[in-house]
Amino acid sequence: MTGRRVSTGGLIDRERSLEFSWNGERLEGFGGDTLASALLANGKSVVGRSFKYHRPRGVMSAGVEESGALVTLGRAEWSDANVRATTQELYDGLVAKGQNAWPSVEFDLGSVNNLFGRFLAAGFYYKTFMGIPPLEWGTGTGAWMWYEKFIRKAAGMGRASRLPDPDKYEHAHDYCDVLVVGSGPAGEAAAIAAADKGLDVVLVEQDSMLGGDNLVVDTSQSPVSRLAHLESQGIRVMTRTTAFGIYDNLVVGLLERISDHLTDPPTYLPRQRFWTLRPRFIVLATGAIERHLAFGNNDRPGVMTAMAGRAYLNRFGVLVGDKVVVATTNDSAYEVAVDLHHAGAVVSLLDARAQVSSILTDVVQSIGIDLHLASAPLDIKGRRAVRRLLIAKSDGSSWRQAFSKECDSVLVSGGWSPVINLLSHRGVRPIWHRDNACFLAGPTDEFITVAGAAAGIWTKAGCIKSGENAGNIASSAINEKSLYKLSPTSIENSSWSNPIMPLYEIRESNKKLKSFVDFQHDVSAEDVRLAHREGYISVEHLKRYTTLGMATDGGKMGNVIGLALMAEAAGKEIPDIGATVFRPPYTPVSIGALSGRSTGKYFRPLRRTSLHNWNIAHGAVMVETGLWQRPWYYPQPGETLSEAYVREAETTRHSVGLCDVTSLGKISVQGPDASEFLNRIYTNPFAKLPIGKARYGIMLRDDGVVMDDGTTWRLTETDYFMTTTTAHAAQVMAWLEELLQTRWSDLRVHVTSVSDAWAGIAVAGPQSRAVLESNVDNTEDISNENFPFMGVREILLKDGTQCRIARISFSGELAYEVYVPADFGPHVMEKLWTTAKNFGGCLYGLEALGTLRIEKGHVTGAELDGRVTLEDAALGKMASPNKSFIGSTLSRRSELLREDRPQLVGIFPKDRMATFNAGSILKGATSVVECGDGWITAVTHSPELGHWIGIGFISGGRRAWLDKQVFSSDPVRNMDVEVEIVSPHMVDPDGVRLHG
Amino acid sequence: MIRINCPFCGFRDHSEFTYGGDASIVFPDLDASSEAWIDAVFHRDNIDGVQRETWHHVHGCRMWVVVTRDTVTHEISAVEPAHQGIKLVLEAMTGLSSSDEDQQP
Ligand SMILES: [Zn+2]
Repeated sequence: MTGRRVSTGGLIDRERSLEFSWNGERLEGFGGDTLASALLANGKSVVGRSFKYHRPRGVMSAGVEESGALVTLGRAEWSDANVRATTQELYDGLVAKGQNAWPSVEFDLGSVNNLFGRFLAAGFYYKTFMGIPPLEWGTGTGAWMWYEKFIRKAAGMGRASRLPDPDKYEHAHDYCDVLVVGSGPAGEAAAIAAADKGLDVVLVEQDSMLGGDNLVVDTSQSPVSRLAHLESQGIRVMTRTTAFGIYDNLVVGLLERISDHLTDPPTYLPRQRFWTLRPRFIVLATGAIERHLAFGNNDRPGVMTAMAGRAYLNRFGVLVGDKVVVATTNDSAYEVAVDLHHAGAVVSLLDARAQVSSILTDVVQSIGIDLHLASAPLDIKGRRAVRRLLIAKSDGSSWRQAFSKECDSVLVSGGWSPVINLLSHRGVRPIWHRDNACFLAGPTDEFITVAGAAAGIWTKAGCIKSGENAGNIASSAINEKSLYKLSPTSIENSSWSNPIMPLYEIRESNKKLKSFVDFQHDVSAEDVRLAHREGYISVEHLKRYTTLGMATDGGKMGNVIGLALMAEAAGKEIPDIGATVFRPPYTPVSIGALSGRSTGKYFRPLRRTSLHNWNIAHGAVMVETGLWQRPWYYPQPGETLSEAYVREAETTRHSVGLCDVTSLGKISVQGPDASEFLNRIYTNPFAKLPIGKARYGIMLRDDGVVMDDGTTWRLTETDYFMTTTTAHAAQVMAWLEELLQTRWSDLRVHVTSVSDAWAGIAVAGPQSRAVLESNVDNTEDISNENFPFMGVREILLKDGTQCRIARISFSGELAYEVYVPADFGPHVMEKLWTTAKNFGGCLYGLEALGTLRIEKGHVTGAELDGRVTLEDAALGKMASPNKSFIGSTLSRRSELLREDRPQLVGIFPKDRMATFNAGSILKGATSVVECGDGWITAVTHSPELGHWIGIGFISGGRRAWLDKQVFSSDPVRNMDVEVEIVSPHMVDPDGVRLHG
Repeated sequence: MIRINCPFCGFRDHSEFTYGGDASIVFPDLDASSEAWIDAVFHRDNIDGVQRETWHHVHGCRMWVVVTRDTVTHEISAVEPAHQGIKLVLEAMTGLSSSDEDQQP
């Protein structure tokens, strides 16, 4: 093929010359070109290499179905593989290169694969390397692994950049009454008809220009004036926007390409925008895709669809060849032959049909086009370009080679496949339409209708009429709010004057030709027959075995031909073979667009306490816990993590430590029945909790497993303040709402999340009372008598700041939790810290908090993992025997009461100098059997005990292992340490310090 | 994306909600037998068709609603407040039961 630009015509801007690079060569195109049209205009015919055989490939279409001209765009981190040159708009400075070829698409060493073609037939991977009996029994996988490296390298598409995506993407949301997909004659008419009825209409067009088929067959109205007209009707028009999927309740995914066509996009623009659109009615005016035919070497550069040849001429001013054979099975290609003839090409027309009305034949013969009836393409001569076409004649039952023609391009029309992919997404089964030799959409209960060529209407007048109908249907469906059943609308003069011939492949019996069905995956007609011979009956199996329809075009080009060949091989009709289901997306969607702005540090929200800046200013190293940023440790100069946390824990136990505990969940539980409610959800009694007292409580799930723990403070008769763990705050809140709304509607209780309203500071250690005393006017308020263990008080600081303080302890020391309105957090922290410093106190973080609680055997999320019962966690005494509560019945299931269940224990290394790891397995035997006898959830160095300690679970608990050897086994780090199982309460087991 | 007509907020994407479970379950009294509790907690019909289920408008009004949904087509025929008292108040205010309302977005 030797494409060239004709001197006039087309929708290109010949005043605007664009320079671009193709495989390093500088070429020129015009504004309005696609990369494909510019390459053709420059006489570039070989633009890609095929997937398996590295066969040279050229431009095969002028649209999204392209399977030949797949290129890599851009450089380095900007590079984008498998871009369809047929839809990529040309811009100044565009850089593109061929892919799957070395050293170049013109001369590709990989094409030796072609010589071994018969070895790469359908199912090749499965058959060849899964063990070749009998010599390689058992070694098949190994052989495959060895070969796979080379085959994968030789077979493939473009390569993705390994660098982070430098582009920005956005997500956006919108609503409308009617979404019209496609701006051809049908879509335009539908949008205008719906807008006439006062509806809010969005029209999306994947192309950069409006008009659809009009861009090829009727360029009298410019796309710009079409836009102006539509917008004057109040229609919201989105070009360069693909409706790639329809989901439940008519939610539509749109991909808007904002700057893929710009040389230097402004930095404020995203590359693409991912829209979630919620229309009330959808009109699909998505057109139809022209089919190829299977014949020998039908993939040679220079073979393309007839419509593509016409599009390059009429829209882009490019004549694809000077000696052109147009081969068709239907009327639509006649106009193609006429247009190319007028542009100066020598055109021959092959019509596979033996009889065609003279009205049609006169059109071409009167201008001197060489027409052959009952003729079809059989085989192509020429390797990197078309040189000669062998032509077969039909005697009515079979094809036989009859003559040949010298030519440089072959334009094929094997019929049309309506684009019903989006309905397929909704589970609508396609129905084979024999008269039109295509699948049409089946009926649907949803507010979706199909118009124009997508509905199998082939005339422009018919398309306009069906678009108007669709717009009116949309209006009545929305106004009457009734389910609209899609019924085939009968439109007069909707089809061609001569029936299409259902032809999919041309071959002579007994002769093997390399004729392709799915170009992108190099699936040939022989592959389909081979799959049938090997017993693949289901279409879905055929698809997977041959990989037909599984390439980036999703079977747009090859599916129907593949089905037809399968039907023929099985001696059946196409409808009896079935149809494959299309899945979203209609065309590829970049991963970047799916993730939008949710990348890197924006991947998820960050939660900071009101003390965050104060913590940072005081040297905190932060750690993520869920979404929260919390202080991990506060190193002094030169201190490591281990040194810091040991110092912090030690200081807290011996004088005083302050810790930011703001991230704990806080829920206000209010109402006359609040006491009753709490009594039902906690395992321990809450009905008689006095005002001004706090109580530690545990909640179970319905199934008797521990959900969460925390303290709940009674502020007044009807007002409680509940704290939850940081990790389960959201879950507990939703659970309380569920109980109150779905089960216990009669309880007069309201729950409110107040987690963000309060800052919380733990003041822990023997000097904690002294720290508070220095900050309040009336120190009597703080005395052991007036403020006993588990007491709750509202207390004024010296400067008038009101605090809510509870004397509760996670560390096992005399301790308080001080809550103040969040904004007062830093101020109160500063006051407390100023005093604490005078007592030799410290700030402590999550790591030291962990040490203090492990020493005490207090459980947290690491232990309460959703499998643990109260008994397992050594909290059996928390279950009241005198009341029923959520989970009480099922917690008594026999399986949950077994003596050998893993139970919470403390762990010491036998050799007190040894260390061991959290996550290790506990085992009695010397080797790990199954999952061992238990596991370790947390370890720390205990400054109080002077050696490493841990907590975990072991089958049967401490009693079962009193005199037995136990090992902590860490197979990953290859570490076995003998340990001693002890009580989980490792420091101050009697709780003397709490009451100090 | 399923669209749920929250009685308090209007039509919203299901991504604003979390799924609860089978709304037809009547949870027994807390002191009921373990058989009754096992039945309520573990035994579920795998319904191929219309089912009543609870959803939580967790990123909206935080109300629990009862959705009547076809598990095959995702067609939703009714959305009501789960809280019986609130449901009665809402019906009294709007003069109709929420299941009568148009469910098409
Ligand atoms: Zn709501």
